[in-house]
Amino acid sequence: MANIFDILGPVMVGPSSSHTAGAVRIGLIARQLFGRQPDKAVVYLHGSFAATGKGHGTDKALIAGLLGMKPDDLRIPESFDIAEEMGMEFVIEPKELRDAHPNTAKIIMEEKGGKRLELQAYSIGGGRIRVSMLDGMEVNFSGETNTLIVRNQDQPGCITDVSTVLNLCKVNIATMQVFRARRGGSAVMVVETDQVVPKSAIEMLEGREGILKVTFLNVSEKE
Amino acid sequence: MSYQSMEEAYARCEKDGIEFWKAVQLEDAEERDIKTEDSWKQMKGMWQAMLDSIDTYDPSLMSRSGLVGKEGGKMEEYLKKGDTLCGDYMAKVMANALKMGCNNACMKRIVAAPTAGACGVLPAVLVTYYREYEAPEERMIEAMYVAAGVGQIIANRAYLAGASGGCQAEIGSGSGMAAAAICHVKGGNKEQLGHACAMALKNLMGLVCDPVGGLVEVPCVKRNVGGAVNAMAAADMALAGIISQIPVDQVIDAMKEVGDRMDVSLKETGVGGVAGSVRAQEVVEKIF
Repeated sequence: MANIFDILGPVMVGPSSSHTAGAVRIGLIARQLFGRQPDKAVVYLHGSFAATGKGHGTDKALIAGLLGMKPDDLRIPESFDIAEEMGMEFVIEPKELRDAHPNTAKIIMEEKGGKRLELQAYSIGGGRIRVSMLDGMEVNFSGETNTLIVRNQDQPGCITDVSTVLNLCKVNIATMQVFRARRGGSAVMVVETDQVVPKSAIEMLEGREGILKVTFLNVSEKE
Repeated sequence: MSYQSMEEAYARCEKDGIEFWKAVQLEDAEERDIKTEDSWKQMKGMWQAMLDSIDTYDPSLMSRSGLVGKEGGKMEEYLKKGDTLCGDYMAKVMANALKMGCNNACMKRIVAAPTAGACGVLPAVLVTYYREYEAPEERMIEAMYVAAGVGQIIANRAYLAGASGGCQAEIGSGSGMAAAAICHVKGGNKEQLGHACAMALKNLMGLVCDPVGGLVEVPCVKRNVGGAVNAMAAADMALAGIISQIPVDQVIDAMKEVGDRMDVSLKETGVGGVAGSVRAQEVVEKIF
């Protein structure tokens, strides 16, 4: 449910809360999930983002988010130039994405000779967004609260491992969702938490059998 | 749980012996489990962002499509001649509404109120009054709570997005919020600010969302003027003792019904209304 500062607010750079402010948020959450500024980003715009994105600055907004800017950053219109200065390569293209919300962007981030992350998210208006895919797996979260994302093999014990480790570091689980591609295949857990998950807990989880990758979106503190 | 109706908010006011703005603030603090002082600080930040935004207007800028940008400057030049039909004060309200609309289209910093496309209505009404009459800042921040509270009730009963309910939900709601807010500033009681909101909403009921090329530029920038002027008129009527014969909650429900019946071509799709005009098609071909 919207609070009064969703009615008056956000403070943002125009012209559209869904096509500009929401797009910045998508870029920013992509960057936070990646853990750093990508060396290269490929951005696909779908539906209304592709059709009217240019006039709304959706393209510049997504790049601004990837550079770590927030929706009220006055440098958003200059984000293409800033990306060049900061050494982030990028490509933006329209692309029809299957079964996607009209305001969807897909972002593929790469680190030179290193990691890669693929994210799909859509803008729901008022500057708010939902992440819908991570590395090809279906998910559904807002990025408004601290979120732990665990990629694992679909096998018994993984969920217990996560809840045990969170319990050990006194982190309360607010919501938890589990998704899997198929039985015994790869799966993903999306856990929204009331507290920050400490680095030690993430390392502990990474060492557990069946857990492939752990990502934490920290909204309590700045990068 | 936020107020589902103006009646519910009025009941809280009567139960606790408080003003409407205070009922909104208390509900916010309770809902988010924060202190009222912190809520106030946040609202003050929103108010300051509105003041700052009007001042950053630059008449030399144009939107990315080249359709809007100079309107705020033109209105300001015109009003300096001292010969406007609407009078000096209303011309200033209009200029401020245009400035904010242009700021939004030119990717400057604005406060969505309730949306980015309608960001000019509330500051045009409140900031102009604050500066022309040197009203106390506290009173203006109270008025921001009134606007937010009214907007939240509209969101709960109907909607605030053009894509959902047409422009009546954006500029219409912005106008209803601003009418109630300025009514509070002028000393109106809770019933009067409800009537002001109801009258503003009724005057804009059925307004469609028909942006040329889907961009928040034409007719959006100028509709902010319509919303602001309408808000002032509705507030003056309420302060004169004129009442809305239809209670405000029922007006909001009627707006929802109109929005539900509105054709999809008239809900931010850039298809119907002025967006479907020949000139609009020519413009779109040039931009995209």
